[in-house]
Amino acid sequence: MVAKMEKATDLLSSPQSLFSLKSLKLKTKQQELLIRISILCLVYILAFITRLFSVLRYESMIHEFDPYFNYRTTLYLTQKGFYEFWNWFDSESWYPLGRIIGGTLYPGLMVTAAFIYWILRFLRFAVHIREVCVLTAPFFASNTTLVAYFFGKELWDSGAGLVAAALIAICPGYISRSVAGSYDNEAVAIFALLLTFYLFVKAVKGGSLAWSLASAFGYFYMVSAWGGYIFIINLIPLYVLVLLVTGRYSMRLYVAYNCMYILGMLLAMQIRFVGFQHVQSGEHMAAMGVFFLMQVFYFLDWVKHLLNDQKLFQAFLRITLTCAISVGAVALGVGTASGYISPWTGRFYSLLDPTYAKDHIPIIASVSEHQPTAWSSFMFDFHILLILFPAGLYFCFKRLSDATIFIVMYGLTSMYFAGVMVRLILVATPAVCLISAIAVSATIKNFSQLVRTKTKPTQGGSGKGTTSAKTSSKGALDQSLPYQKNGAIALLVGAFYLLTRYAIHCTWVTSEAYSSPSIVLAARGAHGNRVIFDDYREAYFWLRQNTPSDAKVMSWWDYGYQITAMGNRTVIVDNNTWNNTHIATVGRAMSSYEDEAYEIMRSLDVDYVLVVFGGVTGYSSDDINKFLWMVRIGGGVFPVIKEPDYLVNGEYRVDKGAAPKMLNCLMYKLSYYRFGELTTEYGKPPGYDRARGVEIGNKDIKLEYLEEAYTTSNWIVRIYKVKPPKNRW
Amino acid sequence: MSRALALLTLLSSFPFLALLSNAFSPENPTDRRVLVLLDDFSIKSSHSLYFNSLQTRGYDLDFKLADDPKIALQRYGQYLYDALILFSPTIDSFGGSLNAAAILEFVDAGHDLILAADASASDLIREIASECGVDFDEDAAAMVVDHTSYAVSDTEGDHTLIAGDNIIQSDVILGREKIKAPVLFKGIGHSINPANSLVMKILSASPSAYSANPKSKLSAPPTLTGSAISLVSVVQARNNARILISGSLSMFSNRFFRSGVQKAGSTINHDKSGNEQFVTETSKWVFHERGHLKAVNVRHHKVGEAEEPSIYRINDDLEYSVEVYEWSGTSWEPYVADDVQVQFYMMSPYVLKTLSTNQKGVYYTSFKVPDVYGVFQFKVEYEKLGFTSLSLAKQIPVRPFRHNEYERFITTAFPYYGASFSMMGGFFLFSLVYLYHK
Repeated sequence: MVAKMEKATDLLSSPQSLFSLKSLKLKTKQQELLIRISILCLVYILAFITRLFSVLRYESMIHEFDPYFNYRTTLYLTQKGFYEFWNWFDSESWYPLGRIIGGTLYPGLMVTAAFIYWILRFLRFAVHIREVCVLTAPFFASNTTLVAYFFGKELWDSGAGLVAAALIAICPGYISRSVAGSYDNEAVAIFALLLTFYLFVKAVKGGSLAWSLASAFGYFYMVSAWGGYIFIINLIPLYVLVLLVTGRYSMRLYVAYNCMYILGMLLAMQIRFVGFQHVQSGEHMAAMGVFFLMQVFYFLDWVKHLLNDQKLFQAFLRITLTCAISVGAVALGVGTASGYISPWTGRFYSLLDPTYAKDHIPIIASVSEHQPTAWSSFMFDFHILLILFPAGLYFCFKRLSDATIFIVMYGLTSMYFAGVMVRLILVATPAVCLISAIAVSATIKNFSQLVRTKTKPTQGGSGKGTTSAKTSSKGALDQSLPYQKNGAIALLVGAFYLLTRYAIHCTWVTSEAYSSPSIVLAARGAHGNRVIFDDYREAYFWLRQNTPSDAKVMSWWDYGYQITAMGNRTVIVDNNTWNNTHIATVGRAMSSYEDEAYEIMRSLDVDYVLVVFGGVTGYSSDDINKFLWMVRIGGGVFPVIKEPDYLVNGEYRVDKGAAPKMLNCLMYKLSYYRFGELTTEYGKPPGYDRARGVEIGNKDIKLEYLEEAYTTSNWIVRIYKVKPPKNRW
Repeated sequence: MSRALALLTLLSSFPFLALLSNAFSPENPTDRRVLVLLDDFSIKSSHSLYFNSLQTRGYDLDFKLADDPKIALQRYGQYLYDALILFSPTIDSFGGSLNAAAILEFVDAGHDLILAADASASDLIREIASECGVDFDEDAAAMVVDHTSYAVSDTEGDHTLIAGDNIIQSDVILGREKIKAPVLFKGIGHSINPANSLVMKILSASPSAYSANPKSKLSAPPTLTGSAISLVSVVQARNNARILISGSLSMFSNRFFRSGVQKAGSTINHDKSGNEQFVTETSKWVFHERGHLKAVNVRHHKVGEAEEPSIYRINDDLEYSVEVYEWSGTSWEPYVADDVQVQFYMMSPYVLKTLSTNQKGVYYTSFKVPDVYGVFQFKVEYEKLGFTSLSLAKQIPVRPFRHNEYERFITTAFPYYGASFSMMGGFFLFSLVYLYHK
């Protein structure tokens, strides 16, 4: 891979090395085309295979939490057909409320996977739908590299396109969400996002109806795939606005935006989950406002053309602008006041103000991927791109065009959002790769031209090629500088070294950090051997085999999708966190005393309670560590639950010094039941919690209303059965 | 030869089969085999009227001394008896493997229990009673004393022989025939635990009664007073096991059955106390000869269809029916009542309807599914004094409309249809004019 990276940049930037291929008798143009295509093919394959680590390390399986829901729905779609899927009312989740699956998901991913599956079936490949789902993300990552190439070509030149394709193929920020098995919306959405942007930029550049129509369809695909489409529908108006303000308004822009907006909006309304939001929700109003502004602009242009009188036009302009703005403001005010236009959602607010979620919406703040990004994870996910990004911005500003303005805006806004939420690094990745690619490509091109202009006289007539007269004259001008050639060579070597490091880093990150399925855990044993903890699947299969088919399982919402997908049992709450009250009820049950919790569980018909416990294995993302969020979310709806009751001097602890309520709440009891008898580590007292490194405070736990039903081999998942009410009381 | 043997086995198994078909089962819920544990065998003769009445009703009584080392309630995991009568108030520990926990387990397995304590009841008996929600007076020597509604007797005693007429009004527990004479009671009083919702008094003391040691002087106010004192209580457990707890063993005795009674302050002298009727009728209830209901054949379907759907749609019209029968002691008879209700329930009842009956055991109703989707339950929670509680829950999801179940054209939207079609036409015309006008 490293070698290839170098090749990608090397071959491209020094075309004179091609002349050794004279025996092929191809013209330079043809040779260049051939090399470009072969590089693209290699990048395409590379993007696919670098994402297969997880399949090789573990097995072909679905990862994480949300992908299990996507897998379950895809399975349903392939088995029952599209209409059943569209109208699916799922009574197995959110008991007893149920969930209208068809109307509350983005179907793009499932439909795409099902389509691939049906095509493969039609071609007589007897694949299982799971394999298709596992490999959807790598396949679309490969496609993204192609889009990145064309986008880079559109922005700068084909060299930048090739570099962008190579960079994005292995960029960890993107790989984190698109390894094999990571069957999530983002897997196809990034492809759709970049495609939409590319087509829109192309439409703006040429003012072509066809391209903007294509971009509307790209937008439709994006809307069908991921909620992140909101980024597109706000970035594009912002871009248009910036062009208007900077005086770059043109007929091309008018055609591209209006066509894309109107058609994209109408198409997006076909997605049930989105519905009429384009005309009814605050998040989409910017696009509509810009749309109307464009009409005003056009109208003014026309009036100006008719009037031919500067003074009169100025007066007219003032009146029209005042009128337009006040009409818009009144419409927005009336719409918002009457409730026709819904206000911004909490998620949107938390993007603009990173502290908002922490104070107001604990359910958003509780998700680790919604936390503000640390510097280290920027470094981890972007590596040298982080340094190349400003350099790329510099090149973009130096050669401003409609297209580079777009990529600059995309890069800057998405960088901001990436700083707000860890998961949005993903959205920034294509922009960062493209802008960095411009930097890399432009730099290497300049240097290699420098190197070449010196050697040209010695090589004689072979110097013509891609170098234009302008650059050669520039090179001749620079010739006066001393050590220029050596300096250029040194810098080129440095650039190649950096790119090599980047490739090594990416491969390492992919194999070490981003390829674990998180449903199967791996750890290093005492002798350096790999230990696999397959407790989750063990527990889910136990549920599937040993509980009545209509049993209801209560667990924290993180595990809901997995329980329904793998355990095939009804859950109270799951990862689709649409009903905060229901989740808060579960949080309240978990943080109450056993008898109070029993009442809640009876009212929800709960038969089994599932908790995840890492005290034996040292697995740190278990329910005890998530517990404070349950308290917060529960307390947000039921004020009887108070966070300070579970803390001692603001400190969260589980040992002897823990708060009495903490030591006796349901979650504590279920996690540590019988744990006091167990010696987990040599030389430590029994009941030593390895995840938190303390000896637990309540070792003598008696359960009155629940009984232990199953504990997995490493105690990671513990399942309890809710007892029926007492017979004689 | 072998044929003859088979025939012989067949013949010999007939009475056994007959016995089997008569035995206790969910289909035939009256108890058959009853274990009677006694302090000493003299009780067998002193209470013979009571035992005889049970035996003539077909019960198979097995008398054992309470400390007999051979008593066992179960063998190889099977219970040997359907019910237990504990007439051994003074026993400190049972013989064999029997203990309080085993008796409670017996009850929790769905079997019935009649427990009679007495003054100076042992801790073991008290423990069993308190596990069933009945707390006997802690003073071992205490008896219920009543200076106003005692039974008049020849010798002016200490007023511990009480003529109780504070009897619960329930046909199903005490039979249709009213108990006219007061019930004689001499023994320990108890209170019922307020935390227990299943226990209830069927014979309570008068407001002037109190519980104390009649032989000593009252030094402190008695802890149990007035009508809070229960003399006889019953429990119907959640699994419909029935328990009768009495504070007096002698109320079951032949002597009390036969003696006449005159309540103090009353001029009516009954020649026979109400005891026989009272304890016989309660034993009928305890042993499931009465008040045992079953609900079968829960059916629901859309109006006009017969098949039971796996899911309903909002606003569907549906019909629900259930059959309820009462056990008469020998057969299942249709249960007739006008207060059986069904709930269409999701966290709270969305529909609550009283079921109509055809007097033949079938209860039915029809209603519209509410305009709410979710996982509903058809719930029948029938809890009526003395009857077994019926608790039926049948889960059924309710889905919203499918995409093609909405109305295709709405009259109110005709202006919009007109607008869009005229717009299309206008656009077409405009394009023609614009393109080809010049």
